[in-house]
Amino acid sequence: MSFLEALPIAMLGALLGLDVVSFPQAMISRPIVASTAAGSFIGNPPAGLLIGVVLEMIALDTLPFGASRYPEWGSAGVVGGAIFASQPESMAGALPAALLAALLTASISGWSMVVLRRAIASRLERTRDALEDGSRNALFSLHLTGMTLDLLRGFLVTIVAMVIFAPLVKAIVAVWGTDSATSNAVVIVIAAVVAGGALWKVFHSVQRVLWFFFAGIVVWALWVIK
Amino acid sequence: MGVRLLALQGSWNYETLNGTGVGFAMEPALRLLPGGIKGEQYRAALARESRYFNAHPYLASVAVGALTRAELDGVDPTRIERFRTALAGPLGSVGDRLVWASWLPFCSLVAIGVFGAGGSPLLVVGTFLLLYNVGHVLLRAWGLRIGLARGLNVASALGTPVLRQGPLYIGRAAALVAGFALPLALQRIVGPGRVILGGIVATAVVGIFLLGRLRERAEGWRIALGVLAVFVLYSVLT
Repeated sequence: MSFLEALPIAMLGALLGLDVVSFPQAMISRPIVASTAAGSFIGNPPAGLLIGVVLEMIALDTLPFGASRYPEWGSAGVVGGAIFASQPESMAGALPAALLAALLTASISGWSMVVLRRAIASRLERTRDALEDGSRNALFSLHLTGMTLDLLRGFLVTIVAMVIFAPLVKAIVAVWGTDSATSNAVVIVIAAVVAGGALWKVFHSVQRVLWFFFAGIVVWALWVIK
Repeated sequence: MGVRLLALQGSWNYETLNGTGVGFAMEPALRLLPGGIKGEQYRAALARESRYFNAHPYLASVAVGALTRAELDGVDPTRIERFRTALAGPLGSVGDRLVWASWLPFCSLVAIGVFGAGGSPLLVVGTFLLLYNVGHVLLRAWGLRIGLARGLNVASALGTPVLRQGPLYIGRAAALVAGFALPLALQRIVGPGRVILGGIVATAVVGIFLLGRLRERAEGWRIALGVLAVFVLYSVLT
């Protein structure tokens, strides 16, 4: 994928990357949304949704508590969705390879958020006197600079990831040696294990939670029988 | 102020956390102080409200409303600063439990369930965004309104049943939806074939048990990244 082809995807990644923390935190950056949107950009929304659901299950493991460090799923969801949606249908390695690209992007993008926060803190140090003096201009400048840098961060992460991972995934898929059913099964098991572990971590202290989970299983079983 | 609250974390950093965002969100109201934006009271209040603050970004609206009321009522600055410090902790922990650890996973699971039930991309994404943001916007709007109405007496509002009992009920609902939605979604991704689905569910149950044993010592997504990298390498080399 050329730089120009990746440009609209990178702009989407920038917008959705901004949503993670800066504005408006409406969760349009969740992978289930971001990947589907990227798939739609490529012209294949169902493929975007499929990898988005897998990523969403994995993303349940990293909820954005306080000042903790976590992977950034907005740009990563866009990268995963765009790459998977652009693969020819029924290629065995497409899902695992695109998922790996998305997870690596999420990791790198999470690190870029730490760098951004340090850069804002550094700028804050330089304007501390003006802020302590109640300068409206200093506060606005700091705030708008932070948001602009975050937008730029999302753009750069997405475009670099697209330029590197899109051809890499294509090459991986071309030499893939495992059959389609096994490849997808491995991905699904990974997503299910991470989602199950994450939900247990979050909800294990809720009283009688397992009963509710088993009730859900019963509803599923009835649905399947029907 | 309502719109600025959406950008509360625009300058989030490791020094003041979302303190500068609180100042940014309150700024339009502070213009009402005597002397306007050139007045001494405005500058002092803006400086005070832009210092260190940490709260959940949605529930920070409670603080923004209450602090605005206090500043406009001319409450003693020392009292405002003490109140600011006292309010940060509860707004962080209550918001984290209610939103990040309950509402967000619940909405994700509902969307995954809609996918599993055969929903189109538009329906899945629309369900998630609509459901999540009804809660999101209501919480921010409620916080700002209650903060502005009660000022420094806002602490009692944090005892409201939604904030206290919400995580319990949403957690149970999320568990119910998880039991239904996760296998349904796996089924849709796998496609026809009960044998392979049975194998996946059995392997997943063992994996969840092992991951559960590790609890806080390991991050599931990092393990996923490692396992997936090994699998991709294996599939490329064979």
